[in-house]
Amino acid sequence: MLYPTNLYRADPFSLMRRLTDDLDRGRPGHGQAFPPINIWQSDEAAAISAELPGVDPGDIDISVKDDVLTLSGERHAPDLFEGANWHRRERAFGKFTRAVRLPFRVDPEKVEARFADGVLRVAVGRPDADKPRRIEIKAA
Amino acid sequence: MTKKVTKRPEQAPTETTETAEATRNRPLLRPLTDIAETPDGVTLAIEMPGVAADDVDVTLENRVLTIRGRSGAVDPENLQPVHAEYAPGDFERAFTLSEDFDSEKIEAEMKSGVLTLHMPRAEAAQPQKIKVKAS
Repeated sequence: MLYPTNLYRADPFSLMRRLTDDLDRGRPGHGQAFPPINIWQSDEAAAISAELPGVDPGDIDISVKDDVLTLSGERHAPDLFEGANWHRRERAFGKFTRAVRLPFRVDPEKVEARFADGVLRVAVGRPDADKPRRIEIKAA
Repeated sequence: MTKKVTKRPEQAPTETTETAEATRNRPLLRPLTDIAETPDGVTLAIEMPGVAADDVDVTLENRVLTIRGRSGAVDPENLQPVHAEYAPGDFERAFTLSEDFDSEKIEAEMKSGVLTLHMPRAEAAQPQKIKVKAS
């Protein structure tokens, strides 16, 4: 297994967490959370992407409160498989919820969500009042 | 005829080592697939998140059905990755079919990152009743 160290500059512990997650994967009952998400951030904005193949965009709920972004919804099993004889069944269906705590409070006006090809991309902005401000030192 | 199925939810796509290495610096993943037998044929649902309909390639050659998908994922600009649970990658998986499928009649549809393939059985392979004549 490969662990790209340059991916985790912001959080040195995420590498360790990922290692333990990978070790857990082999045990029953320790599957990966659905949907898997990736997060990017800067001082002024953050982006969250989630893999939601087969989910109707109308079935996805995104809500933001303070610094917590909640993603919930349901993936419906397609009707055409009803009463069919299965050869292989690897995909899972049902309800899901995931909450992400962001490094800053989110301006509800600055949240943008797009869904394309089964991938949800949410861009959030930091409120102007919350941004770190540079303080100038005056000469005494 | 019974086909017992064990449900295995929460599977994650794993990296495949089946075929020759791609020249693109991106992981090659084995997409999760549902395969079911319907009255007139076989239906496949293949999960390929991040792949647009134009980037899917389905070929049937010598009874081997190969599905390839190129991911169009791009990283957001001016932002640092801080948490990663999945790595966007290209998808590839191949299935060996029984001989009785009509390659002309295979229908493929891509919707929300899921490719659905309907493969009707060739008419020659449909069950036919044979009359027994009394002599």
